[in-house]
Amino acid sequence: MNIDGKIAIWKDYQKHIAADKYFYVRSCVRQNFFPGSETTFLRILREELGKDVYEHPCHTTCTGIGYHGDIVPLDTMMTVVARQFALMTEAGYENLVPSCITSFGIYTEVLDTWHHFPETEARVREYLKKATGREFKIPANIAHASDVVYKFRNEISAKAKYKLVNQHTGKPLKVVEHIGCHYSKMFPDKGIGGAEYPYVLIGMVNDWGGEIVDYPERRHCCGFGFRQYLVQANRGYSIACSHKKFESMQPYKPDMIITNCPGCPMFLDKWQYAIAEMEGKTYGENGQGIPVFTYEEVAGLILGYNPWDLGLQTHQVSCEPLLDKIGIPYNAAEKYDGVNGIKLGKPEKPAVLQCV
Amino acid sequence: MVDFGYKIAKDRQIDFDKNDRSIAQYVRKHEPTFNLCISCGTCAATCTARQFTDFSLRKYILLLRRGENKEVIENIHKCMLCGKCQLVCPMGVNTRGVIYRIMEMCI
Amino acid sequence: MKKKVIVIGGGIAGMESSAHLAALGYEVTLLEKSDKLGGHLLNWEKLFPTMRMGKDVVTFLNEGIEKGKVHVVCNANITSAIQKNNQFSVFLENNTTYLADAILVTTGYDLFDARRKEEYGYGIYNNVITSAELEGIFLNGFQIVTAEGNAPKRIGIVHCVGSRDEKTGNTYCSKVCCVTAVKQSIEIKERLPDAEVYCFYMDMRMFGMHFEALYREAQEKWGVNFIRGRLSEACENIDGSVLVKVEDTLAGKPLKMSVDLLVLMVGIEPSAGTKQVGKMLNLQFGVNRFFKTADQHTLTNVSNVKGVFFAGTCTGPKTITNTITDARAAASTIANYLSGHEIDDRIMASDIQLVALW
Ligand code: SF4
Ligand code: SF4
Ligand code: SF4
Repeated sequence: MNIDGKIAIWKDYQKHIAADKYFYVRSCVRQNFFPGSETTFLRILREELGKDVYEHPCHTTCTGIGYHGDIVPLDTMMTVVARQFALMTEAGYENLVPSCITSFGIYTEVLDTWHHFPETEARVREYLKKATGREFKIPANIAHASDVVYKFRNEISAKAKYKLVNQHTGKPLKVVEHIGCHYSKMFPDKGIGGAEYPYVLIGMVNDWGGEIVDYPERRHCCGFGFRQYLVQANRGYSIACSHKKFESMQPYKPDMIITNCPGCPMFLDKWQYAIAEMEGKTYGENGQGIPVFTYEEVAGLILGYNPWDLGLQTHQVSCEPLLDKIGIPYNAAEKYDGVNGIKLGKPEKPAVLQCV
Repeated sequence: MVDFGYKIAKDRQIDFDKNDRSIAQYVRKHEPTFNLCISCGTCAATCTARQFTDFSLRKYILLLRRGENKEVIENIHKCMLCGKCQLVCPMGVNTRGVIYRIMEMCI
Repeated sequence: MKKKVIVIGGGIAGMESSAHLAALGYEVTLLEKSDKLGGHLLNWEKLFPTMRMGKDVVTFLNEGIEKGKVHVVCNANITSAIQKNNQFSVFLENNTTYLADAILVTTGYDLFDARRKEEYGYGIYNNVITSAELEGIFLNGFQIVTAEGNAPKRIGIVHCVGSRDEKTGNTYCSKVCCVTAVKQSIEIKERLPDAEVYCFYMDMRMFGMHFEALYREAQEKWGVNFIRGRLSEACENIDGSVLVKVEDTLAGKPLKMSVDLLVLMVGIEPSAGTKQVGKMLNLQFGVNRFFKTADQHTLTNVSNVKGVFFAGTCTGPKTITNTITDARAAASTIANYLSGHEIDDRIMASDIQLVALW
């Protein structure tokens, strides 16, 4: 593999990412299944980087799941999006930062639609006005939360306590990145590095000391696919996608997976348990699976945050073997102590996948 | 093992690296006109067996080349070696010869 | 006094038309930007469909230039041109000026830059090469080896790279690449009889005389395989081989296959020189960015500027055979023009109006 060829393509796909004053919108999937990631994003931006990040309490779902699941019509989706823009306008912000890839895709798609069909924008403005009395300005900048972390990856590594390096061998960790379909496949020039060789996560991993693994099924979907997973009858297809990716990455012996999209860490993590139960097959070392992280979790880890504050106890594949590899200390006894002293309860150990 | 109510879907992709292409290689060796087939389908449209069953020489030549042998093995005996296909093939494939060689490998 | 013609571009079209113009009694100056005549032909070993040597054709073209005493100027960098009273003055960077009564533009094509087809990984995956690079291996008598230095056991050939493709902006067929794929497949099999060769095509465009016979020979004699489907992407396997994904449109199923070497049949695009000279002479470009001819059927060598003519691939992809024919046609069209036959009298339903340059 010739890295220069990729570097040339990465140069072609750079985009403007605002430097401060962000209007942050959370993700339905993420705030429910691994809320530690969004908390960590805010902590890094506010505490480490001193940025102004605003969250509006009235912000709702972007309807992406419903839209891609065929239950929310296009006009409804666009009107909800218009309402989010209105909240931002009212709060005096211009730089939209969605936490979710699908929201990012939705916002980008809506703006592109309005660009080509101004009459659609006019119609949606009218809907919003009639329904809520609100008006809005088009965002000056839309960057996915990972774009923002990418932008400040050097600042983060300057403050980092750890590197993505195996402390026993001194070698960089082998990292698989998964970008999420809606990040740039629809609009390659809206993603850092484009669609074929997206760079946003690679930039972080390289900067934080790791080594990227490029494997044949890298471009394949994680298997979420909305209407695939959401309907039980289609789940065999959903899990087959993750299965295909694991089979393809396994020969490279990756130490970890870093993900961009809410669906990807969910499915790449949880399906490892399901595959183990269905076929008795595990990936990674010692039957323990390949640990899967969001980019915020990885940033938090190298910054030395407590793994349990990052929410790593909610992962199916245990993170401890990787923490040991890097040399990150953790208190095993506190793993399931929730915030405010509320005990989380200990999950049952699965039969096949070896969990700590 | 847990039954989740669904199974890992089977990959539909033709896995060329793994498939067994020995039948095609055998036919090709003994009947080089096997290579000439361009999948035009003239043979299939005129074939008696094709009209009433799924049998298709066009398809079977192609499937063998890809190593997707199962369907061919199961169906090749529906051919009665009448030779009508050979009359019409624009590429001059010795279709009866091809079928005969396939049958040899499918016994 | 002899009338003067300047020919811009010393590839096949420029050389053959110069020879013919000289034979018709004109004083011909052939301007070539590189240091020698022959153009792309110099980079090809054997030619389809007969497998004769490319250098034979170069020799033939050179003889025409010598016999006609064509004034050849290599390393010619044209900076500007003006037209006054049906007379052209062409200025070069080295301060020389050439005068002419007519100009023939034969600025040809460039090969598609395969890096623009990002998903095929040219310039990234070490075992992805172009048809031009494979031809270079033949021309120089090198071994066909993978990046790892092994003889490839399986080779994939991808048709229509940078042709018939909205995504690259080139929607036209480059015409020569299907038959080049067939020719190169045979040449691979001659060198590596045990290797398997797979061509991935959308349509096999075997339009030329004897092309179909070559295609047949590739199948019957050499066992070259053809899979109908356009490659959707290429990836690298852990051993450095290339995994291709394609819909086998005849089987109606997606297919994946590892190949040790992947050869991209790069298409033809208007050359940088075509764009530059076109701008300088106010020539019109067609939808495909090649020069627009005064009429699609009848005035295929006539430009929108009076006294400026075209030949060869600057008006669209052509085989060598067609380029040579076109070069002679251009010479004859110019002869008509210079002897006072009003060519535009016969323009039928053309949407180009002939104009003077300034
Ligand atoms: S020989 Fe077989 S395949 Fe050919 S037409 Fe007769 S029955 Fe059909
Ligand atoms: S008629 Fe001949 S070329 Fe056409 S599909 Fe049948 S065997 Fe192949
Ligand atoms: S000649 Fe063949 S390979 Fe070339 S552009 Fe045309 S169809 Fe494609």
